[in-house]
Amino acid sequence: MDRIDRRGFLECMAWAGTGVVWTAAGGVLSSRLITEASAADAAAGGFTFVQISDTHIGFKGEANKDATATLQQVVDRVNGLRPAPAFVLHTGDQTHGQKAGAFDTVAEILKTVKTERIFYVPGEHDVFLDGGTEYLARYGKGTVGGRGWQSFDYKGTHFVGLVNVLKYKGEGMGSLGDEQLAWLEKDVAPLSSSTPIVVFSHVPLWAVYPQWGWTTEDAERALASLRRFGSTTVLNGHIHQVLRKVEGNISFHTALSTAFPQPAPGSAPAPGPMKIPEEQARRMIGVTDVAYVPGKHPLAVVDSTLG
Amino acid sequence: MKEGTRARAWYGRALAVVGVMTLLIGVHALAATPPRIEIKEFKYGPPTLSVPAGTTLTWVNHDEEPHTVTSATGAFGSAGLVNDDTFAQTFTKPGTYQYFCKIHPFMKGTVVVK
Repeated sequence: MDRIDRRGFLECMAWAGTGVVWTAAGGVLSSRLITEASAADAAAGGFTFVQISDTHIGFKGEANKDATATLQQVVDRVNGLRPAPAFVLHTGDQTHGQKAGAFDTVAEILKTVKTERIFYVPGEHDVFLDGGTEYLARYGKGTVGGRGWQSFDYKGTHFVGLVNVLKYKGEGMGSLGDEQLAWLEKDVAPLSSSTPIVVFSHVPLWAVYPQWGWTTEDAERALASLRRFGSTTVLNGHIHQVLRKVEGNISFHTALSTAFPQPAPGSAPAPGPMKIPEEQARRMIGVTDVAYVPGKHPLAVVDSTLG
Repeated sequence: MKEGTRARAWYGRALAVVGVMTLLIGVHALAATPPRIEIKEFKYGPPTLSVPAGTTLTWVNHDEEPHTVTSATGAFGSAGLVNDDTFAQTFTKPGTYQYFCKIHPFMKGTVVVK
């Protein structure tokens, strides 16, 4: 049975504070916040962090005339959060076509984010041309064997960044590979089951829509090593829209893109950039703000749009 | 000249003109339009194309999303194509060449060289 029952739902309402609109649909708890920051209680050991995703610098099209400008607007939004996020996760597709200078543009803009540190995982758009050489030269430092995956602890929460775009196979599914999976199993083995876990990767670790490559073929083995934990939150990008799913103690969440929206699974002939009127487009790109309060589950994941 | 004869003569000339026009269009198509594969909405069109050896094929990506033309065996490969970028490849040896998009590997195409 899902951990998020009515009692849990009410508890979440109590600690998440005002300004957050909680909705429960089909047993899945979700939230929206269009105004200011979420209600993490820093004094009590809580913290917030931000997820940005799919910045697609270099994208030019009807769906967004200026992906650099919208990323800057998202950064301004992040810099307005109180308290400031402890750190930022970028869940991949920094660049659109890996054109020269695109990584530099992203780095220049993200330098202005008021936070301690930014952690990255690659998207397939970041690595398709050179198999990840440029990406890993920039962001591989401090990751396991320079391969891009990593884990770290922050105030009692264990964070794991996984790479699932370097072994694209068959029908275009994401893949983690045996080596990374073996590392993950070893990485989480010593942790107590009450440790909150946050996993982040680019391609969803659940089967959102395999026909469009929106799944990771060997995710099940990764999830198997996480099932014993009381609270695991999985944050992904790739699909440029918010989707949520709760499976046992694992909540899955995909983030908005800062550049352009993509169609709902199967709702269009292809998963290309969705062309929609500009005033609507701003409501479909944005940023995710996550709050953690000790002793309360799950994490409050809040999506904030530019519109 | 009788009415019927005149009509027959006109009909013959008209047929001849149509014939020449058809021939011209045919020659024009061969000479001016090298074989192209259009990439649109995450599909190679046509997905399978047969050409004689020595043909230079051109791919054009009409999507705003980048795509590649990448040989399954590594025999050839494009950079990331986007917003009407093109890629050309000459096929000299007969055979069946399968390719896909590195960013969206569910996109697949085949070139048959005879």
